[in-house]
Amino acid sequence: MIDYIMKHYDDLIAATLEHLLLVLLALVISLIVAAALTILCSYSKAASNVTLGLLSMVYSIPSLAMFALLIPLTGLGRTTAVTVLVVYNQYLLLRNFLAGLENVDESIVEAAVGMGMAPMQLLFKIKLPLAKKAIIAGIRIALVATVSIATIAASINAGGLGAILFDGLRTMNYAKIVWGSVLSALLAISIDVLLRLLEKKWEPNTPP
Amino acid sequence: MLSQLIEYFHNNSGRFFQMLTGHIRISACALAIAALIAVPAGFLCVRFHKLHQPATMFFGFLRIIPSLAILLLMLPIIGTGAMPATIALVLLAIPPILENTAAGLDGVAPFLLETAEGLGMSPRQVWANVRFPLALPLIFTGIKTAAVEIIASAALAARIGAGGLGDLIFTGIGLFRTDLLLIGGGSVALLSLSTGFFFSLLEKICLKYKRI
Repeated sequence: MIDYIMKHYDDLIAATLEHLLLVLLALVISLIVAAALTILCSYSKAASNVTLGLLSMVYSIPSLAMFALLIPLTGLGRTTAVTVLVVYNQYLLLRNFLAGLENVDESIVEAAVGMGMAPMQLLFKIKLPLAKKAIIAGIRIALVATVSIATIAASINAGGLGAILFDGLRTMNYAKIVWGSVLSALLAISIDVLLRLLEKKWEPNTPP
Repeated sequence: MLSQLIEYFHNNSGRFFQMLTGHIRISACALAIAALIAVPAGFLCVRFHKLHQPATMFFGFLRIIPSLAILLLMLPIIGTGAMPATIALVLLAIPPILENTAAGLDGVAPFLLETAEGLGMSPRQVWANVRFPLALPLIFTGIKTAAVEIIASAALAARIGAGGLGDLIFTGIGLFRTDLLLIGGGSVALLSLSTGFFFSLLEKICLKYKRI
């Protein structure tokens, strides 16, 4: 076990970085899409309910099945992996974003409207800063889920830590399996802890 | 494409149903064991408050760890087959049920407990007749979440020799057979969607009253 990490630490680091890259790429695209969807959904309650319902249905489809269904369309590799990750993230992000924006105190919104703010001003200057905590929580949950699903994406050649896991499984190399598992678990846990700290830091921003 | 799918079912319907029932069997087994462990554990967490914090922390961490890692870590410990897969699935299913059980039992309104006591109920009666029934909807939601998660992870468990529909997907990826991919992916997706639907329906039938 120790032998393996002494000999192959460069492989493990490369895989971890590749994993992180996949996760961050998916996060950036997801955030852009989720922001657009959130703005669209903030116009009508019915639209947001329908979108969330649809996304929750898609979210409950197992990731392996989703990969399998997309391979005929987008082939093996990173494109498919990122597509699936972005689709899954939409549910987690949108749910938290909408809840965060909706939970802003009614009286504050009223005061802002009374001051003559336009809807976009209201969104960017009042609602978004007050919903910061919920937004970070959504991003945290999405990131942890992405790290987990990205390991599965190795089964369709997307690389990352999952590749180490599947390699170890194929060659029955227990050291590889253990290190792959431990690293992916550590990655998920450290991302969770990091963003929780960020959440806490931004907490006192809410007015009395 | 369609003819390919029809041909597959024509030739392999027996094998397909065997995989489908295998998938359902291992999922149901894991769910039952997980519920049997997690519901009493949730009760203990609320009954003995000292346990609550460490237990939720531990299972919270367990929930963060990628499911593939948990499944594969069973391999060096117990080997391949249905047994390690079931254990891994149970581990994956415990956190949602435990969390919801604890939250449900803990979240019963204090005035209800006071009323129950005022009516002369013994502590045991309060647990059995007030707290538990009121927590049931949340416990049920936990079991539903766990069921959907188990169905998803059971597909992965095919990789460590548990059988089920995941076999079909991994074979499809290995041989790049579109028909196998579509059938495997489609049936796992349908299975998980219908599981969620089934539990929602069950909830509606069984739990006519709602949480206060």
